[in-house]
Amino acid sequence: MTTMVAERDRVLDALGAVRDPELDEPITTLGFVSTCVVSAAGDVVVRLRLPTYFCAPNFAFLMVADAYDVVSALPAVRSVDVALEDHFAAAQINAGVALRAGFVASFDGEATAELDELRRTFVAKAVLAGTDQVCRPLVASGIDPAGVARLTIADVPPSPELDRLVRRRAELGLPVGPDAPLLVDVGTGAAIAGAAAARHLGLARLTRTGIEANTGICRGMLKHRYAESGAGEEEQG
Amino acid sequence: MYEKNGEKYFVVDSHMHFWDAGPDNWVPGAEQYAKGWIECFHAYQSLAPKETHWTIEKFMKYSEDDLMKDVFEDGYVDVAVFQPTYLKEWYKEGFNTTEKNAALGEKHPGMFVHNTRFDPRDSDAGLEELKANVDRYGSRGVKLYTAEWNNGSRGYKLSEPASYRYLEKAQELGIKNIHVHKGPTIWPLDKDAFDVSDVDHAATDFPELNFIVEHVGLPRIEDFCFMATQEPNVYAGLSVVIGGLMHARPQFFAKVMGELLFWVGEDKMTFGSDYGIWEPKWQIEGFVDWEFPDQPEFADYPRLGVDGKKKILGLNAAKLYDLKVPDELQLKEDTPAAQDDSKLVSS
Repeated sequence: MTTMVAERDRVLDALGAVRDPELDEPITTLGFVSTCVVSAAGDVVVRLRLPTYFCAPNFAFLMVADAYDVVSALPAVRSVDVALEDHFAAAQINAGVALRAGFVASFDGEATAELDELRRTFVAKAVLAGTDQVCRPLVASGIDPAGVARLTIADVPPSPELDRLVRRRAELGLPVGPDAPLLVDVGTGAAIAGAAAARHLGLARLTRTGIEANTGICRGMLKHRYAESGAGEEEQG
Repeated sequence: MYEKNGEKYFVVDSHMHFWDAGPDNWVPGAEQYAKGWIECFHAYQSLAPKETHWTIEKFMKYSEDDLMKDVFEDGYVDVAVFQPTYLKEWYKEGFNTTEKNAALGEKHPGMFVHNTRFDPRDSDAGLEELKANVDRYGSRGVKLYTAEWNNGSRGYKLSEPASYRYLEKAQELGIKNIHVHKGPTIWPLDKDAFDVSDVDHAATDFPELNFIVEHVGLPRIEDFCFMATQEPNVYAGLSVVIGGLMHARPQFFAKVMGELLFWVGEDKMTFGSDYGIWEPKWQIEGFVDWEFPDQPEFADYPRLGVDGKKKILGLNAAKLYDLKVPDELQLKEDTPAAQDDSKLVSS
């Protein structure tokens, strides 16, 4: 029994690496994992749920596919059954993910491109939001925007927010070395300097506000839709 | 009209509905979508104060009397703008059509503005219907759902040639205001569902039209704000912002308001209750009472004073729709705008 609990924790841990691409938060802490069951033989069943029946299918597909991938990659897992519930496109998404078919094949005729570009767009937003998290305390401490733009990553005191920002920048292929500028263009990686810094920080704050407001609405809607907490929600939230 | 602390507010609810989402209006074979849609709307209502929540049964089909009481009698609204939402793929008689709105509105002259809609995928027949609706109901605005399903298509973009044809026709017919809703899905499905770049193109190419982006592009408020700074004819429709955040997430509400005031400005923001999702009463009362939390992280945002609230609650929309505002409800011209700010700072 203890082993099975440990196994379940291991699966939930892995699912914690799957993020809602828009909200940039783990699907576990968001409460999107409704069921996570692991049998003694290593058969894993995961059920996912979303705040509404009409949540965007592209993001839903990414989360289901990512969940499938992280669980499949675990050692000692014999079978993986990951499915989305209560969603208008659940049948297509689940069938596509189970067949590892990709998004275009899963939505025959309704999609023309895979979702890498979309994912990239949202990691770029996460970089901007993370920039605000890291830079706001610096500005509050009296450094003006142009001064912030002169800093490198190594100049900033270590923090979980900085770690997260560096990870997101690495995902986009942006510079992350200690000498890398703290403010970079999320498209090109070029340093932001001088007068452009204030505007960049303004966009960073705006982007973070948008993501946080969106997360707030999603959480409220999910709570209305489902009375029970999600698997891994209390443990990590 | 709403009055508080001796200040009188002319209230235009620039975004509200009169829908029928009851099971007898569901299209056979599409029941799951019709049900899913209204349940999704109902979940939004859960973000309002508890005492204003409705049962799902009432929410599916509320009466004329409910609407008149909630919006006008209890809700302080002077003029309400009907925004139709057809969704005929899912609802037999439509979810909320121009005709259904007008049938109610015509019983109450002067209280409603009857907006209509179009769908550029409806080709010539749609253009004729648009003309007929403008002739019949005097519409000066349209509500567009770029993500609406239509004959196998899951949406369109405002920047497509077909859309331009409709926008040209609308302008020729005297339409001034284009209310655009973003979401919940769009074709092709791999594109971001809430992308507002198509509004950007249309707003540039139709400078005589006003584009009111409802729900301020949430959840893409950053894209919306960035666009709105560059397009003088783009407005922020506050439906969902006030209803969905002010009560449930007051901190986020303050930040979103701060960003909108900074990027868009109080002259280009319009109140909409999104009734029947949310009743206007608590939204108007709460908004007039609202101020930024007294915390350093809000200190940089532009302040919103009484005049700004008057503009957002009604005067801005009154301008868009040429509504007559009684003199006593106009802004006092000689009041310097900065006075409200200084009051806030000193209090």
